[in-house]
Order: sequence, then C-alpha cells, then structure tokens
Amino acid sequence: MSRRPYIRPMSTTTWYMRNGRYKVYVLRELTSFLVMFYSFLTIFGLAALAASPERWNAFLASQQSTAMIIFHGLALLYFLFFQTFPWFKLAPKAMPVQLGEKKLPDSYIIIGHYAAWAVVSIFIFWLAGVI
Amino acid sequence: MSTRTRQLELEVMRYDPEKDEAPWFQTYTVPCLEDWVILDAINYVKEHLDTTLAYRWSCHMMVCGSCGMMINGEPSLTCKTFIRDLPDKVRVEPLENFPIERDLVVVLDDVIQKLHQVKPYIIRKDDPPAEDKEYIQSRGSLAKFKQLTMCINCMICYSACPQYGLNKDFIGPAALTMAHRYNRDSRDQGKSDRLNILADHDGVWDCSFVGACSEVCPKHVDPAAAIQQMKVDGAVEFWKQKMGITGDKS
Repeated sequence: MSRRPYIRPMSTTTWYMRNGRYKVYVLRELTSFLVMFYSFLTIFGLAALAASPERWNAFLASQQSTAMIIFHGLALLYFLFFQTFPWFKLAPKAMPVQLGEKKLPDSYIIIGHYAAWAVVSIFIFWLAGVI
Repeated sequence: MSTRTRQLELEVMRYDPEKDEAPWFQTYTVPCLEDWVILDAINYVKEHLDTTLAYRWSCHMMVCGSCGMMINGEPSLTCKTFIRDLPDKVRVEPLENFPIERDLVVVLDDVIQKLHQVKPYIIRKDDPPAEDKEYIQSRGSLAKFKQLTMCINCMICYSACPQYGLNKDFIGPAALTMAHRYNRDSRDQGKSDRLNILADHDGVWDCSFVGACSEVCPKHVDPAAAIQQMKVDGAVEFWKQKMGITGDKS
C-alpha cells in the first residue's frame, strides 16, 4: 500500500469567501486603506499649513464640502463597526489582568478602553477648540 | 434513550490513494436516533453500510481529540456535534488545511513536528529539587495557564486558521499555545530557549488575529488570546533588551 496524500488547494485570492468569519476579518483589515487615506490627508494638510495661510484655508474649505463631510461620516462609521468595537471587545484577550487566582472581568477592561477613548477624544476636541 | 429515527443524508468525502486521482463525495442514508452525534452516524456507516470507510476516533467524549472533521464546512469534533442541531443533509470532509491520507483521515506529521519544536515541557536551568521535594506552585500561578492545559491536540484550530492554510511554515495556534502554557508556568525556566522559534517570522507575528481558532476550539482554550499575549510579552522583552534591562533568568 502506497502513500499518496492529497493536498486540497487553497486560493490565495478568494480564500476569505469561504465563511462569514473570514469575511468579517477581511472587512476589519480593509480599514487599513482608510488609515492610508487619512495618513496622506494629514501629510497633505501639513504641507498646506507649511506653504501659506491661503493654502491652509483652501485645505480646510475642501474638507468642509458636503461630499467630504459625508465621506468622513461614513469612514467614521466603518472604523467604529469594523475597528473600534471589535478591537475593544478583543482587548481582554490580549491584555488579561489577573488578581490572585481570579481574572479581572472582561467588561472592566472593555469599559476601561471606552473610558480612555472618551478622555482622549475630549482632549482632542479641547485642543481643536471645539469645546 | 430515544428510539425516534431520522433519515440523515450523509455526504462523505472519499479518497483512496491507490485508485482516486482526487477526492469525491459518496452519499449514505443513515437512520439516526435523536440523540446521536455525527460520529454515531459515521460509525453506523462503517458497521452497516460500508466497511471501507477510513476515519479516526477513539473516546467518543471530547477527550482524545482524534475525531475532528469538517461538518458542513465548519471544523468540529464529530463526537460533540449533535445531529439534532443540523439539517437533514450533512457534508463531512477531512479537516481543512491538512493533506488527506485516505477518506476522512488527514496527515498530521507537520503539526506534530511543530509541537516538538516549541519544547512543550518544563525546562529547568538550576538543580532539580531533592528527590523527596516537589516544585511548589501557588494556585494563583496555576491559574495563569490552567486554561491552556485543556488542549487535546485535536488540531481543529489549524483547520480554522487561514494563515496556516496559506503558509504551512506558520507554527500555528495549538503549538504556540502550548509554548505559552510553558512560558507562563512558574516552574519553567525555558522561556529564552523558546524565544527564537516564537519571535521568528513564522512565529507569533504571522498571526493576524483572525480569531477563528478560538471560536472553533472545543475545549475553550482560546489560542488566539494566548498568541496575542505572547506578542505583548515579546514586545516587552524586546524593549527590555533595547534599554539594557535584564529580565529574569528564564
């Protein structure tokens, strides 16, 4: 009797269509494109700021167009649902806190992340003069 | 025990290395009792319908870890998957991401070798305790890794892991979890011995936290969590070395 193991091929381009779990993972990873977009936007904004007050004001005005406001709103929602919520939910897995024999409940760590998020957001709003 | 029967259409992947070029599906109609699991249905096929069917099983109680298969595309232990939770037509395939030896039997040599590679045993650098003494461990220290000791090496996590599917060099969930189990053990001093394997390109950093391994784990070991904790440990260790802070001798 001879051995001839059969290897099932795995597509390197469509593997994530196999199940819902993989699709959600890929939707999470796709946020990297938005991160790239906002990185370029920041560099573009900084270049405008360094160039002249007119260029900076033009940059600000471009971000206040209806289309850009809708885009930023949609990007925010995408980040919330595919980045913030899942990652905060997973945080207790990566950073469990053990006190003696017991583990600190996951909810404490998750709430801690949301609290830190709120504090940082308020600080940025304060820095930007919104509040 | 219930006597009510239900006709289950069981589609089983078959592969005979001496005859078949590629796997194919064979359908069996199995009269099932209400409280049967998929393994019972496969055993029925073997005993009453087709003695040539090859598959692995032993304990029928989620201890041996040998009956893992794809059930309707989801990797699971066939001894814990109840027929009452499934539709009338069920497709059974060998675990994904592994070569098929024959029918539902897969080749596990690669992961067995990976388990060896991570040195899954207690390594001591100092002298062992006197013959009549033991290594003392507090309950708190045990709690740090007890969940990780529940692994039964069923390899269902490897079957769910797309990273392992795409890159067979990735050490993978169960072996990395086993390394973390010993790294976390207060009696062990072998952390530095495992570091090169774990911090290597195919170690923890090849994991992109899909999290599928933890979702399918029948023993709730949570390999994804173990791997992320190792990343945190690894990063802390890296900065300690950069800043010239020597860690403990392990």
